[in-house]
Amino acid sequence: MGKPPIDLGEVENLQILDADGRADEAFAPQLADDELLKIHRAMVLTRKLDLRMLAMQRQGEMGTFAPGLGQEATQIGQIQPLGATDWFVPSYRSFGAQLWRGWTIEGLMLLWAGFFEGFEVPPGVNDLPFSIVVGSHVPLASGIAMGIKQRREDAVVVTNFGDGAISQGAVNEAFNFAAVYKAPVVFVVENNGYAISMPTDKQAATPDLARRGPGFGVPAIRVDGNDVLAMIVATNEAVTRARAGEGPTLIEAVTYRMSLHTTADDPKVYRTDDEVDTWKPKDPITRFEKYLLAKGLLDEGDDERIAEECEQEVLDGRERFRKRAIAKPREIFDCMFEQLPPSLQQQKAEYLARLDRKGVE
Amino acid sequence: MAQLNMVGALNKALDDAMAADDRVCVIGQDVGVDGGVFRVTKDLIEKYGEDRVIDAPLAECGIVASAIGMAIYGLRPVAEVQFSGFTMQAFDQIEQNMARFRNRSRSRFPISMVLRTPYGGGIRAVEHHSESREAYWAHTPGLKVVIPSGPRNANALLHASINDPDPVVFYEPKAVYRAFREEVPDKPDPIEIGKADVVRAGADITLIAYGAMMRPTLEAVEDLVEMHGVDPEVIDLLSIWPMDTASIVESVCKTGRCVIIHEGPRNCGIAAEIIARLNENAFEHLVAPVKRVTGYDIHFPFFQVEEHYLPDAESIIAAVKETLAYE
Repeated sequence: MGKPPIDLGEVENLQILDADGRADEAFAPQLADDELLKIHRAMVLTRKLDLRMLAMQRQGEMGTFAPGLGQEATQIGQIQPLGATDWFVPSYRSFGAQLWRGWTIEGLMLLWAGFFEGFEVPPGVNDLPFSIVVGSHVPLASGIAMGIKQRREDAVVVTNFGDGAISQGAVNEAFNFAAVYKAPVVFVVENNGYAISMPTDKQAATPDLARRGPGFGVPAIRVDGNDVLAMIVATNEAVTRARAGEGPTLIEAVTYRMSLHTTADDPKVYRTDDEVDTWKPKDPITRFEKYLLAKGLLDEGDDERIAEECEQEVLDGRERFRKRAIAKPREIFDCMFEQLPPSLQQQKAEYLARLDRKGVE
Repeated sequence: MAQLNMVGALNKALDDAMAADDRVCVIGQDVGVDGGVFRVTKDLIEKYGEDRVIDAPLAECGIVASAIGMAIYGLRPVAEVQFSGFTMQAFDQIEQNMARFRNRSRSRFPISMVLRTPYGGGIRAVEHHSESREAYWAHTPGLKVVIPSGPRNANALLHASINDPDPVVFYEPKAVYRAFREEVPDKPDPIEIGKADVVRAGADITLIAYGAMMRPTLEAVEDLVEMHGVDPEVIDLLSIWPMDTASIVESVCKTGRCVIIHEGPRNCGIAAEIIARLNENAFEHLVAPVKRVTGYDIHFPFFQVEEHYLPDAESIIAAVKETLAYE
C-alpha cells in the first residue's frame, strides 16, 4: 500500500483492476473523469478499427497487417502519460497508441493497404513510422533519448516491442546503451504470449521478460497488460523517472494476442481454442467498463452507444481512406535523397517514360 | 595552412565541424579519452565534453543505431566503427534504418549522419581488419559512399559528409592514415560529393582508382611515363556513390582505353559498375576491353602474403601494357 510500484533492481507485478473491475485505489492513477472516458473510448476505437481492418483484408481491400485484438489496454496505457513533445517509437502492432498520438484512421489504413503516404507522420506528432524488422527500431529509441539528454531537453521516449523482439541483439544493445547513458526512454515489452507460433516460454528461459531489465541496470516492472490503469501507473512512474534523469525503465505488459500474428497466420496450428478462451474473461475493455459503471461514469447501455459511435468513426475513416487510396507511382524516387544525384535522375526519367508508355498517371 | 597526415586532417575536420555546429557529435568505441584507436578523435573530448564525444559500449549495432536515433532527433552524429570488418555487426541498422529512414518517413526524418570506418589492407593486421566492402554500401539504396585518398581530400570530404543532408558511409584508407602529409587549408573547403578528381590529364589511357589504391596507381603512372613513354589520365573517384559518370565517360571517350584499380573483390565490385557505365555511355569510343586490377574473390589473406594479394604498381603496369597493346 502506497509503495512505489517500481523498485530499482526488483521485478514486481502490478495489477490495479481485478477481473471484475474493482480497483486497488491505493495505486489507481489520479485521472479526471473526462480522461477516464477518453481512455475507454480510445480502447473501443482501437478494437473497432482492428476488426474492420480484418474484414477489409478478408475482402481484399487491405494488405497483410498485424491485428492487436486484446492488447488495447497495453497500447493506451503506455501512451496516455506522454505529452506532445515526447517521442513514440512503435512496433508494427501499435494501432491504439498511434490513434491516441494523432495518426488518422485513414492514414493507418493507407499504410497497411500499401500506400506510402500512410507513413507520413502527422504534423506535430513526434512518432517514428515503424520498422517491420522485429526489434530494429528499439535502439533508435535509445538514440533519440541520448539526443534528448545531450541537448538537456525535457522530453522522454516510449518504445514498444513484442516478446519475440526480446531475443534480438539490437533490443538488448538498446537496453545497455540507454542504461549506460541514463537516457530518458521507457521500454515496453508487450508479452502477448506468442511470436507468431513461438510461445514466450520457448522464446526466453527466464520466467518473465522483465527480468532482463535489472541485469542491464534497467529497473523493471511486470504489469497486467489487460489492466489499463496499471499500465498508466507503471508508465507514468517510468516517465517520471526518465524526466528526472534517472534513466530507462523496462515495463513488461503481460497480455494475450487474441487474434492472428498477421492476417497471413493461422493460430490453430499452434494453440488451442481452449487456451484462447481462458483469456476472454480478462478482456481489457470489459474490465474497464465494469470499473467505469461502478464509478458511475458509464450508465447501462453507454458501452453499446460508444461502440456504435466508434464503429461509425471507423467507417467514416474508411470513406476518407477510399477517397485517398490512389497510388502515386510517379513519386517513388522522391524521398530517397534531398537531391537526386544524376544517376538517379536518369533512372527516374527512364521510369517515368515507362509509365508514360503504359499510360499510367 | 598546416602540413597534416590523414589522421590529422580528419581530426581537424571533426574539430572544426564541432566548433561550428553544436549538433555535430561523435560516438564510437574509444573515441573519447583514448582519442580513437587511430587517434582520429584525439583531444575532442577535452574540447567538447563527454556529451558530444561519446565513448560507446562495445556494440557496433548499438553505436550505429544510437547515431541514427540522434540524427532522427536532429543532431548530426559522426559514428565511428573501429574497423570496417566490424560494420557487419551493424549491417542491419545501416540497411534497415540509416539508409531507409528518409524514405520510410517521407522525408520527415532525414538521416544526416556519417559512418566513419577504416578499411583496406596493407597494415599487417589480423583477420577482419583488412576488408574493402564499399560495394555492399554502394549497392544499398539510400546511402552515399565516399573514400578519400589523401589528407587534403579527406578533410574536404569529411566536411562535405557532415554537412550532407543524407547518410554517408565514409571509408578511410587506413594504410594512408600516416603515409604522407599534405597542406590542409585552415578554413573548410568541402569537395562536392559525387565529383571525381582528374589528378593527371593524359591522352593514352584512363586509370581509375580510389582510396589506398591511388598510391600504387600513381607509382605505376610515374613508371609508365618515365620508362615507357605512356601518357595516362588518372581519375581519383573519391565518391563511390553517387559516382561521377560524366568525368569517367569524358575521359574514356578521349583515351579509348581504361584500367580500373580497387582492392575489394572483383565480383560485383566497383570496377564492374564503372565498366557497365562505360558500356552504356562510351561504347563506341572504346578501342580495347576495360581491364580490372582488383582483389580476388577470396577472403583477404593473412598478412604474411597480403602484399601479393593487393594490387601493386607491377600489376597495374602489366594491365596497362596489355590494354595498350590491344588492337
